[in-house]
Amino acid sequence: MKHLRGIDELGADGLLQLLQLTDHMAEINQRPVPKVPALRGRTVASLFFEDSTRTRLSFETAAKRLSADTLTFNVSTSSVNKGESLRDTVATITDMGVDAFVVRHKSVGIPWQIEQWTKASIINAGDGAHQHPTQALVDCYTIREATHTTRFDGMQITIVGDIKHSRVARSNIQAFSMLGAKVTLVAPPTLLPPDVSHWPVEVNHHLDEVIPTSDVLYMLRLQSERMSQGHVPTLREYSEQYGLTQKRVAKLRDSAIVMHPGPMNRGVEMQIDPSDVKNSLIHRQVANGVSVRMAVLFDLLGSGANLGGQA
Amino acid sequence: MSKSVVIKGGTILNQNGELRADVRIENERIVEIGTNLDADIKLDASGCIVTSGFVDLHAHLREPGKEEAETIETGSRAGALGGYTALVAMPNTDPPQDSVAVIDFVREQGKRAGLVDVIPSGCITLGRQGETLAPMAELSQAGVNFFTDDGFGVQDASLMRRALEYARGLGVTLAQHCEVAELTKGAVMSECQCCTDLGLPGWPAIAEELMVFRDIELVRITGATMHFLHLSTARSVELVRAAKRDGLPITAEVTPHHLSLTQELLSSYDPVYKVNPPLRSSDDIRALKIGLLDGTIDAIATDHAPHPRRDKEMSLDMAPPGMLGLETALGVVLALGDLEIKDAVALLSWNPARIARVDSAHGRPISASEPANICVFDPEVSWSVDLQRLASKSINSPYVGRTLRGKVRHTIFKGTPTVIDGQAQK
Repeated sequence: MKHLRGIDELGADGLLQLLQLTDHMAEINQRPVPKVPALRGRTVASLFFEDSTRTRLSFETAAKRLSADTLTFNVSTSSVNKGESLRDTVATITDMGVDAFVVRHKSVGIPWQIEQWTKASIINAGDGAHQHPTQALVDCYTIREATHTTRFDGMQITIVGDIKHSRVARSNIQAFSMLGAKVTLVAPPTLLPPDVSHWPVEVNHHLDEVIPTSDVLYMLRLQSERMSQGHVPTLREYSEQYGLTQKRVAKLRDSAIVMHPGPMNRGVEMQIDPSDVKNSLIHRQVANGVSVRMAVLFDLLGSGANLGGQA
Repeated sequence: MSKSVVIKGGTILNQNGELRADVRIENERIVEIGTNLDADIKLDASGCIVTSGFVDLHAHLREPGKEEAETIETGSRAGALGGYTALVAMPNTDPPQDSVAVIDFVREQGKRAGLVDVIPSGCITLGRQGETLAPMAELSQAGVNFFTDDGFGVQDASLMRRALEYARGLGVTLAQHCEVAELTKGAVMSECQCCTDLGLPGWPAIAEELMVFRDIELVRITGATMHFLHLSTARSVELVRAAKRDGLPITAEVTPHHLSLTQELLSSYDPVYKVNPPLRSSDDIRALKIGLLDGTIDAIATDHAPHPRRDKEMSLDMAPPGMLGLETALGVVLALGDLEIKDAVALLSWNPARIARVDSAHGRPISASEPANICVFDPEVSWSVDLQRLASKSINSPYVGRTLRGKVRHTIFKGTPTVIDGQAQK
């Protein structure tokens, strides 16, 4: 595999292989010195045109644990503010000799567009409301870890919230379905895309109807600007209809798990402190982020290398 | 005295039929139709159609203001290569075509280039701001008879009503870009399953159809003459069909790209496919074609919209909408395979000449004493676009790698060949 830009580039087999590889990475991360020389001499550039804390840090940590060199392109101090085009930025960094770009951009399609200007591998760390494949890998790995299952056949996964503007939702719907889960989307029609009839999902506008049958409850972040755009009347009303409350947690199955990609909007979609939710996997999602991104980097850049040895 | 020209061995196509004959031209006019004619310049037309030069109702020539993308000269040359002898220049220049000074400048630049008749359109509202009317009477006295705010629709229904009333008094045509702006904020592509997958804001069909409906009703109460630019949806065609059935003075155009390309192309992430209104579904294409065949749609217009390369190298949401059209229109239209050659010529020449009110010089029959504005094309030859060879200053053509059918061989403008054997003459 050369690039990871959309989850569909992997296919179900590729997805399962990466999850298996993540097990090895998780093992490395358990060691007293969690570092291997696998990607020594390789250079990974983070190209973040949009704010990010956990994704950028977990990619950079992952690269360092595999002994890759890292470059961080910080938009606020970069030539982009002097009017440099995306093409020139990518070409310039390519000229410095990089093996992979980790790209986040507010615009849909950027990871595909920049392919024409660089020979490096491209990893999509989020493009607009389109794709965020490593988050989907993290989420699949986290569910797998919690449920001790390889595939998700028959599992009922409910994704709640702003599906319309969510790249996490788009990647996860594909990934969960590939692994056999039944996916239900819960949102008011204003927060759903215009036509999802071709997606492998059920749609329900009432969270309380699906809570008792959900194996996984995946909460999405609601951004406050959705109010001014007329998607929801008030955050309070949204929170009442679609937020996770103590009452709703009580109606979950004992085995049901709760997830959130972060950052959380406490008091909006999360009306309850996640630490008060028995089966919250929110911290595991963050913890697994590094192992999953190590697996991705190794898969894309590690041709010929093995995971043995000490850095 | 200019050199005489003869077009030899072609098939003359007029509204009343076909005829195999030579055409002899002298001093800007056709002087003789016959056999074995001779002249200073001999143009071979064997296997070709000889008909009136095409008239584009919708060309963005970008001058003044965006000469990096196109100039009146380069756009005129692209037009000549596409078989055009007249181009209606859209008014979204900088400064816009809302004053006599700018109108005169555009017309003069057209004359200086001398490759086609450049017919400046005027703005409906001052600065295309949609707030106050442009000085339409003054512009009309300066020769403008086609007004539009193209790029934007006139949003304010009351202002549009006044514009139509005022236009009726002047006897000029208003042309609308139908888009209710509140419904298309941030829109990048058609609202459809593909935009659902891509997570891009959609441009819903209803944003066009609401304005088509509104303006039909405004024409009904004002009696003004109205032209709809670049219709893209099935329902728009239905609305116009019903309006014409009611006898309203309405005409409509469709672009070659809305007839040949679909919304799914946006999943290539290539901004070359971003255009306004956006590419639509194959169902819409079918309805647009039916509209062409039953006379609901009167003209095929290019919406030729050059953009510099760097602008089309931006992301899908940031890149400006628009694609080239002048050099490919005929080849795209004939490659559709749905239209008879005669229908295609009607849509590219005879009808738009009437709509633009240039039918005293363009869209005329090929017969003696008529003005010599002529297109000679081979309807069968297949070809594909070579970006290096486009006459346009920009390269944002969506037809790279696609097979087109039918190519312009010679174009004659005011008796002088502007294109011979596919080569621009100046």
